[in-house]
Formats: sequence, C-alpha cells, structure tokens
Amino acid sequence: MIRFFKKKQVPKFWQEHLDKVQNSQKYANFENIRFVAIDTETTGFDYENDRILCIGAVAIKNNKILVSDSFEIYLKQEVFNKETVKIHGIRKNGNEAKLSEEEAIIKFIEYLDDAVIVAHHTAFDVNMINQALKRLKVGPLESKQLDTNYIHKKIAKTDTYKKIFSLDELCEIYNVQMHDRHTALGDALITAYLFLKQTSKYKKSNVLNLFDLINTNYHLIK
Amino acid sequence: MKNTIAERIYDFLKNFPPFDVLDKDQLFKIASNVKVTYVEKDNFVFKQEESPHEHFYVVKDGAIGLYRGMDNEQILVDICDEGDIFGLRPLIQNDLYLMSAKANEESVLYAVSVEILKEIIETNDKVKKFLIASFSSNIKTPYAKGTNGQLFANIEILQTSNTSFTEIQSAEFTKNPVTTLKTSTIKEAAQIMSSKRVGSILIVEKNNPIGIITDKDLRSKIATGMVSIDESVTKIMSSPVKTYKQKITVAEAQISMIKNKITHLCITKDGTPNSKLIGVLSEHDIVVMHGNNPSLLIKKVNRAKDVNALKYIREKTSNLLLGYIEQNIPIIFISKIISEINEAITIKAIELSIEEMDKQPPVKFGWLALGSQGRKEQLLMTDQDNALVFEDVAPEKYQPTKQYFLQLAKKVTEKLNIVGFEYCPANMMASNPNWCLSLSEWKNQFSHWIKSPSEDAIMMCTIFFDYNLVFGDKKLVYGMSDSIYESIKSFEIFLNFLGRNALRNPPPIGFFRQFLVENDGAHKDHFDIKSRAMMPLVDAARLLTLSHQIKDKNNTISRFKKLTKIEPQNKDLYLSCIDSFRILLQFRTQQGLKNNDTGRYVDLNNLSKFEKLKLKGCFKPIKDVQELLNIRYNLAQMM
Repeated sequence: MIRFFKKKQVPKFWQEHLDKVQNSQKYANFENIRFVAIDTETTGFDYENDRILCIGAVAIKNNKILVSDSFEIYLKQEVFNKETVKIHGIRKNGNEAKLSEEEAIIKFIEYLDDAVIVAHHTAFDVNMINQALKRLKVGPLESKQLDTNYIHKKIAKTDTYKKIFSLDELCEIYNVQMHDRHTALGDALITAYLFLKQTSKYKKSNVLNLFDLINTNYHLIK
Repeated sequence: MKNTIAERIYDFLKNFPPFDVLDKDQLFKIASNVKVTYVEKDNFVFKQEESPHEHFYVVKDGAIGLYRGMDNEQILVDICDEGDIFGLRPLIQNDLYLMSAKANEESVLYAVSVEILKEIIETNDKVKKFLIASFSSNIKTPYAKGTNGQLFANIEILQTSNTSFTEIQSAEFTKNPVTTLKTSTIKEAAQIMSSKRVGSILIVEKNNPIGIITDKDLRSKIATGMVSIDESVTKIMSSPVKTYKQKITVAEAQISMIKNKITHLCITKDGTPNSKLIGVLSEHDIVVMHGNNPSLLIKKVNRAKDVNALKYIREKTSNLLLGYIEQNIPIIFISKIISEINEAITIKAIELSIEEMDKQPPVKFGWLALGSQGRKEQLLMTDQDNALVFEDVAPEKYQPTKQYFLQLAKKVTEKLNIVGFEYCPANMMASNPNWCLSLSEWKNQFSHWIKSPSEDAIMMCTIFFDYNLVFGDKKLVYGMSDSIYESIKSFEIFLNFLGRNALRNPPPIGFFRQFLVENDGAHKDHFDIKSRAMMPLVDAARLLTLSHQIKDKNNTISRFKKLTKIEPQNKDLYLSCIDSFRILLQFRTQQGLKNNDTGRYVDLNNLSKFEKLKLKGCFKPIKDVQELLNIRYNLAQMM
C-alpha cells in the first residue's frame, strides 16, 4: 500500500535519477567517471524567492572536456529582478528559446545522468536546483558533488581555510582565460578548465580518487 | 540547442589552416565535437612509437615540442604554438607516432576526431592538399610519388581578390570579329580585312574558330611570294587557335600571349575551340587598355631618348610587379617579364652611353649581369652587379682599349644608378678596373680562383659564375664558360670547396612565435630569407650544374630542371627544390614590395600563421639537398 502510494508520487525522471546515481558502477575508476561542470544564472541570491534563469553545463571525462556533451537551457520567468540583468544579461522576454521551469529541470536531470557535479560555490547552484525540484515535489539532488573552491584549498595547502575564493581569483591562480564570463555555459566551461588543471596538479601529490576528492568538500559532504 | 562553447571553438579554429577553408557547417561540426584537454609542462601528449589516439590535436594555448628519439637523445624537431596541428599523420596513415609530443609550457589542446576530418577530406580538395603539404615536411619519405607539385598547391588560399590593378579586370575584347569560311581564298580574306580595316580575320567552321590570319601572315607568307593569293585560307592560317572564356583577365591574356608567342586570343562561348566564336582579343586591345603592359614597356625602353625615360619605365615596372604578385601570377612568368624589362633597360643604357662616347668601341665586348641579375632572379630593385669582357688586343693597344671600356662602363653604371639600380657597395661593377678585363685576363682570373680557392675566391666564384650576357658578343662569353670548365676539370677539388660554401647556412627547422627554431635549439628573432633559405638553393644548383659541366643554365630553377633530367634518381628532390625556390622568391618579392626594401630580412612578428607554414615547407628540401651535397662531396671531413 505504501509502495503503491510512493510510486505514484515519484515522477519517472526523478526515480531514474535516484536509480542511476545509486547504481552507478563508474565511480571507482576515475577515468570512467563523467563529471559535469555546471553553472546557473539566477534572478538573485534568495533561495526562496529567486529563480534560475539559465543552466549551463559541460561534461568532462578522462581529462577531456567534451564539447559535444554540453547543456545550455534558458527558463521562462515569473520572478524577475532587473538588478541582476546587468550581470547575466538575460532579460525577461529576451530572444533565447525558453522552457518552463519544470521542462528545463527535467531535461537537466536527464542530462546529468549519473555524473558527478563540479561547480564553483556548488552549494549555491545545487540549492537553487533543489528549490526548483522542491516545487516539483521531489529532490534534493542525489548526485555526488565537488567544488573547485575546496579542491583548491586541498592543493594549495596553505592556511586559507577561511577564505572563499571567487571564480576570478581561481582563474588568476590557475591561469585560465576568462571568456564568456557570466553566461552559464561560459562559467561552466571556465569551471571545467579549473577542474582539469586542479586534478592534474592534485595528481602530483595524491592518488586521484573520487572519494578523496569528495572529502575535500567538508562543507557539503554527500 | 545553442552551444556557446562550440561557437567559441569555431571562432578560434576558423583562423587557422586547414580549418579556414572549411564550410561553415563542416567547421561547426568539428567545433561541436572537440574535446578540450590540458597538459602540464613537461608532460607528454603522446610518445614516439605509441599507437595513434582517436584524435589529433590543435594547440589552443601554450606550446608543444615535437621530439624524435635518436640514440638515447631527444632531438627537438618542431615547436607547435597557437593554432598548430600535430599528431594527425599517424591517424590518417594508420601508423605509429614518429615523434613524441611534450608540453614545453602548460598547454590547452583541442582534440579533434579524425573520423569527422576524414569525411571532410573526401569532399574538400583544398583541405586534402593542405594536409599533403603539411605531411610532406614531416614524413619519412617526403618526396614520395604523388605529392609532387601538390606540395604547395594550397598557395591559392593566399590569393587576394581586392586589387585595383587592371590586370585582373576582365579584358575587353572585340565582339563580332571579322570572319570568313575555310573555303575562301587568301585574296578574298585580304579584301575583307582591308574593307573592314582590321588586322586579323578568323576562319570559322559552323561558327567555331579553327584558325586566324593576321597582317603578319600576309606580309611573311604572301608578300614574299611563298604562297599564292589564290590558295585557300587554310594554307596560311595559324591553327588551332587559343580559346578562352569571356571572363579572361588582362593578366591571363598577357601570360597566354607571352607563353604561346601569339598576339591574338579567341573568345568562345564555353572557352573551348568547339563552341561559338564571340570575340577576339588582340595584344593591341591590351595595350590600349592600360599602359603597364610588359611588351609596351619594352617598346618604350627601345624608344627611350634619355635616362629619365628609362627611370620612368622602371618605376612603371614596379607597379606591374605589384599587380602580378597580388594576383599570384606564377613567379616564373613574373621573373621572366621583369628580367626582360631590366635587360632592355640595361641594353638601352649601354646604347645611350656608346652614343655619348667619342667613337665606337674599338673591339668586340660583352656586358655581363652578375649574381641575381645574372640568374634572372632579381625582381626588386637592388644593387647593380656587372662586369665587362673585351676581346684580346695587342699589348700596346691594351691600355687605350681598357680605358675606353672603363669610361663606357662608368657612363652605363651612372645611368643604371639613376634608373634606380644603386651602385654596388662592394664595387662589383664593370667600372671597376678589376672587373673590366680582356678575355684572357678573365680566363686567368677564373683559373686563379679555381686553383687557389680561398674563402674570398669562392665568394667571387659564386657571384661571377652566375653571369648572363646582356649586351655584346656571345663568343667572348662562350670562351669564358669553356675556361671555367677546363680549370675545374684539372682541379676537381674546387667543387668540394664550393660545396663547403654551399653548406655555410643550414636552414632553420621552423618557427615558434617570433623565434626561429634552429637545429641546435638557439633562437633568433628575425629571419634572413636570402642567406638562410634562398642562397643555399642557389649555391646547391650552381655547384651541381658545374659538376655536370652544364653550360647556359644560369638560373636556379632552370638549373634544377636540367638536373632532374641528368639525375633522375634525385628528380623528386630537385622538383621540391624548385617549388621551394619559387615560394621563397615570391615571398621575398612580396615582402620587399610591402616594406619597400629588398625583402631580405623578414620580421617574424608580422608573419601570419599561414606564411610561417609556407616558409617552413621550404626548409625541408633545402636541408635534404644540403645533405646530398654533404655526402657527395664528403664535406663532413672538410669542415
């Protein structure tokens, strides 16, 4: 009776998400893991009231960014904050083809598959997505998560645990060129570059292993 | 779905060959399938003898060194920087990597799927040619059959289309030309020509042109009584005719006329002789069209009354040269035309000078152009290098004779200087008593150089052996050539010295940003195209032709052409030397015109990726021909 009730409540896309993440066989071998660098542009920083405008993502596998495996989607807006338009340039009725929040989130979850999420200030992006999932009566995301900020702290080994690095600062440190800053896919790509450089530096003094990397996220251990 | 990343990659790749010649869709497909990868400094992308990856690589940022391992040593073969491709050949030829690729600094690479490229190669000929060209500089046997001639086929990419010169305008031809049938007699044809007041008549069959009769034919074949005027027109017509499409440019028309030694071209509907005749284009039409016409310039030279007229004509010639280079007219034709004009100017300068002298030359003499002028490879205005030979005279007459010719030479060199050929700083001119000699003096001089080949003597030989008679008596020059070969025969080791000289300047292996990549890893920031790339080829060609006792071949390209026949086993190498030399000559001329100098020193900062690639392609044949000299003359022992 309870099972029947549960099955009816959980939409297909969400059940698949849970299954994929829980049953994935890939996490043990680093070269087989599909990482997805993500970035969201939002109307603001209030989890309750602000909304996602755009999600950009690009996959990384075996030390390569796969351009063909990328994701870029714009969302229709009910909430609109003209202050942030200055940053991300997405207007309420801009020219980009837009989907409803539900369609967009479902597409994103499907794209995500069993990938490990990589982002800069991952907690923010994941929270925004979780809020959207909540409105669909599901969530939160089950995906494993990494944050370029925390990976950096592990590599740098300096006494910087209190400092939060901005994406710009990390680009400076790792010599990553900043193109298309403040577009979701542009920032996702920059994050992907950072991740490539970080993992190759990390490799020098550590064995590259997903679970050790995840342990760098002491703020968002999953 | 929109893909900002793919768009960025597209924007990057489209600047570099071969991606620059791809269709938008093709390139976008490649860009959307790129895998981006990062290599830390000193890490390998791949190693020699490894099986090929599924991708080849384009350097996005950083620098990748290509190394070949030999006897436990890693030899740097090339450095790839932004936009360079590497690791492609093994994928296409199903071979192992011949080199290791190591990051010389941290690098970001675009990995491109070879499968997509293979599809494109099938349909895009330009890409195919580019790849053949880029492989040939790296593969084991670069002169394998089938790649020749295509080595630099991608040069057409360079072609600039926006130029204001008349040469690339469509030539305006005479429409509805006067025609007659092949059943007509010569008399009938001549009557039509005179009643219509034209200098030529086309013979047609079913509206297709089959032959042409010009005034000249009537003069040379009828007026002389060779053929009767009652004979058929087919007896004297020139046939077949050269036919072209309507859109023929002035330059194409000129080249065709010069090449085929004809004065009229037929314009037909589809450009073949088997279609309807719609017009005729004569040399005269072209002369009318613009004044920068080579044959017109030569005529003007011949009519010139003073040196200022010559100066004006030489300036016009520079315009002509600029137009030709911009349109990518084959450099062989260009150098032929420019040399013709330069020679005509020199001849006129000599004639004007003789008129100024009190009396005619006392004995026969010859005026010789030396060095690049002698080889007819001088397109830009550089210094004059010349010499004079006069007939042997009785001892008591020697001084007055020599004084006469020195005085004459002084006048000639003055005139050439006014025209724009500056005095030779080393005074290698006929006005120098050392280079204004009687035939026996020249013979002694050559014999002395050959038998005591000091460094100076060898240098003199490289200049004086490339002489070309511009004016005067041929027999004197034959006498000089014979004496050179006789002396060499009795002192063959001279060739080894000449060979050593030819190897003075090994070519660099490539470029890296504003640096030359040298064999020894040293870097320089400017490139002396003359001494590092052109002279090695010139020297090699001279040495090889001297060793085979070939006379009358004083031009580098024709020397190599002759060598392909004498040494068929090295044909491929010599052909690639010809290709390289053409590219270099054209390149230097372009540089010189652009910077208004001799084009000798190339500023690497101003070279486009494509230009660097093109130059780099020239280095390999130079290296190989030097290797051949090295082995043939055992030069390693001498050095």
